[in-house]
Amino acid sequence: MTQIGETRRELALDCFLLAGKLLMENGAETYRVEDTMIRMAISQKMTDSHCFVTPTGLMFSPSDELATRFVRINSRRTDLERVALVNSVSRKLVAGELALAEAYEELKTIDRTNYMFNIWLQILAAATASGCFLILLGGNWSDLPFAFVFGGTGFIIVETILEKTRVKFFAEFVGALAIGVFALLAVYSGYGKNLDTIIIGSIMPLVPGLLITNAVRDLMAGHFVSGLSKGAEAFLTAFAIGAGIALVLSF
Amino acid sequence: MNWPLEAFLSFLAAASFGVIFNTPRRTLLSCGLVGMTGWLIYRTGVIFLDDPVQATFAGAFGVALAAHLLAKKFKMPMIIFSVAGIIPLVPGSKAYNAMRNIVENNYLEAITFASEALMISGAVAMGLVFAEVLMQIVFKQMAKRVQKKIGMTQN
Repeated sequence: MTQIGETRRELALDCFLLAGKLLMENGAETYRVEDTMIRMAISQKMTDSHCFVTPTGLMFSPSDELATRFVRINSRRTDLERVALVNSVSRKLVAGELALAEAYEELKTIDRTNYMFNIWLQILAAATASGCFLILLGGNWSDLPFAFVFGGTGFIIVETILEKTRVKFFAEFVGALAIGVFALLAVYSGYGKNLDTIIIGSIMPLVPGLLITNAVRDLMAGHFVSGLSKGAEAFLTAFAIGAGIALVLSF
Repeated sequence: MNWPLEAFLSFLAAASFGVIFNTPRRTLLSCGLVGMTGWLIYRTGVIFLDDPVQATFAGAFGVALAAHLLAKKFKMPMIIFSVAGIIPLVPGSKAYNAMRNIVENNYLEAITFASEALMISGAVAMGLVFAEVLMQIVFKQMAKRVQKKIGMTQN
């Protein structure tokens, strides 16, 4: 009897930690990760559990007698589809629609499956967004093809370098630098009209929007460690982009 | 200013950001609508209030309110809807101008642009926070009313 209880509790712990890890890796706010894990724990009759979540690792202490578990988070990216899926699994578990083992299986499936859009579709989206921002920020219609192409190119460069090196700030720096150089060439060759709006439109897909939003929400929810570190990441990203453009403009 | 064009472009831009952030496919349309709401409120604010900071606050407030309502409707996390909508309000051109002036050694002008960019990013943050607090109060009131209706009392 105790043996069954023990394995069930181990399974429950694995399940909570996988859910928390998936949420944190794919861009959920810290307070949502903690909230989800605690709610799942309460639904499994672990009422006095505690968890502490930072962007680089999460700790979960189920109760006084059970050991605390720790999970390291190595890479973070933005995949909101996974966040939504894990959220719906945890909702179902809390509502009693899913048993613990089923929920764990579903989380493992979510972990294995690749939900990202096709990379070419993403590049097309980045290019479209750049073109839209060029017009929204008051650029010339004749500059539209430049912003469209450079925005897509910058996105390709950042994604490629991210895949190769995993150094995020370097990737963003090089992406912004390339956008700046291309925009400068387009304007000097006489085809582009306004350097400023071309550059601003093209770097828009690199702006750390999710980080800014999450940093603010985390700080307001009282998660100062995560809020500050996410804010620092957002600031560094903005700085990398700025430095890349500044390097081009200084010539 | 060409309203239908701007509405269409901001819709397209926000939906494109939805694709980049891989939001669930059936919410892409709503993401675009949230982005459009934010941008149109911002533009209206710039015309009537004549102050980009206040206009940005109003835009971010609108984005966060719409995102909260959609999150309730779809039963999904709120950030899915707010992230793409916030991007058009980010002060990209102010930050760019600040940097450009620093590079050209116009430090005084750079400070003007940089502080404007800082104020606008603060306004985005405050808009998000105010909407969040408002929605929390409203949802708590609604929950209390439902509890009273089904005969449950708190504590």
